[in-house]
Amino acid sequence: MRKNFQKIRPYIWLLVFAVFILLSLVFDIQPGKTITTNFTNSFIEMITFIPFLFIIVGLFDVWVPKEKIEKHIGQGSGLKGILLVTLLAMLQAGPLYGAFPVAYMLYKKGASIRNIFIYLGAFSSLKIPMIGMEIGYLGIQFTLIRTIVSLPLFIGIGYLMEWYLKDKNFRVNVLE
Amino acid sequence: MSSNAVIYIAVCAVLLVVSFLFNRKKTLMGLKKGWFMFRNIMVPFLNILILVSVALYMIPPSIINKYLGADSGIIGLGIAAVVGSITLIPGFISYPIAAGLIRQGASYTVVATFMTTLMMVGVVTLPLEIKYFGRRVAITRNALNFIAAVIIGLIVGLVVGLVL
Repeated sequence: MRKNFQKIRPYIWLLVFAVFILLSLVFDIQPGKTITTNFTNSFIEMITFIPFLFIIVGLFDVWVPKEKIEKHIGQGSGLKGILLVTLLAMLQAGPLYGAFPVAYMLYKKGASIRNIFIYLGAFSSLKIPMIGMEIGYLGIQFTLIRTIVSLPLFIGIGYLMEWYLKDKNFRVNVLE
Repeated sequence: MSSNAVIYIAVCAVLLVVSFLFNRKKTLMGLKKGWFMFRNIMVPFLNILILVSVALYMIPPSIINKYLGADSGIIGLGIAAVVGSITLIPGFISYPIAAGLIRQGASYTVVATFMTTLMMVGVVTLPLEIKYFGRRVAITRNALNFIAAVIIGLIVGLVVGLVL
């Protein structure tokens, strides 16, 4: 019994919702029907672009390997360094705390303080899968404007952090 | 079907054909990776679509408009920045929420601030961040990003208002 419950646990809300839809259709409950229409519309919106977005992301993943970019980190100075960490950040996925181990790796490879924080900034707002979702849901104009406004700000934060942490023995720790 | 979907399908088709002509094995690998990523987010994503559908029905646009709309001013901005900073919502889930908010009358400033703090400021993950960077650095980074998020929200709202 318990084992079976563990198996369906992830799907529990989907099941509850399916029953809810069925009941509202059978008993002609107006709120239920409105919610069902809401759900159907957002489901169609999602299913008509997200699978294709993920195929694009998957192709990016095999054709632009992160390892190759990582090899050059730390060597690039100035603009080239900024471009490299930004590009590396764009190819990642996942939540911000997933970026901290990569920040440690950048630190080990000799990336500058500035570039480590530019990496974190770019990681939070320029990841390709997320940009793809943003365009799909909020439109290309919104996404472009937000990106163009954000870019100089987090490069600025990188410079600020470097200025602030100079001579302060900055280090990134590894967690075991 | 939205114009977005048409563009995504077109780009996807072109990339697939080009990729396939260059390297069949790599293309299959890419498809597989994409499929796994899609499969992993599917269930949490459907759950959030359910939640948004219910919320769209339960929360009247007038409330959203009052607290998060164009005339909500500093209150809307504050709510967006604080909620975005303390909640830990995965990025992909936040987009349908943001789209729903806009549809119900929230302003672009509010949504841009919310999205940016969500991505760049992490109060819940601060203890973890402190372990990596130390207390001073982690707090400074979050504070700077909080300020940046509000600036981004204000500028984006202003520019979007002019463009759209």
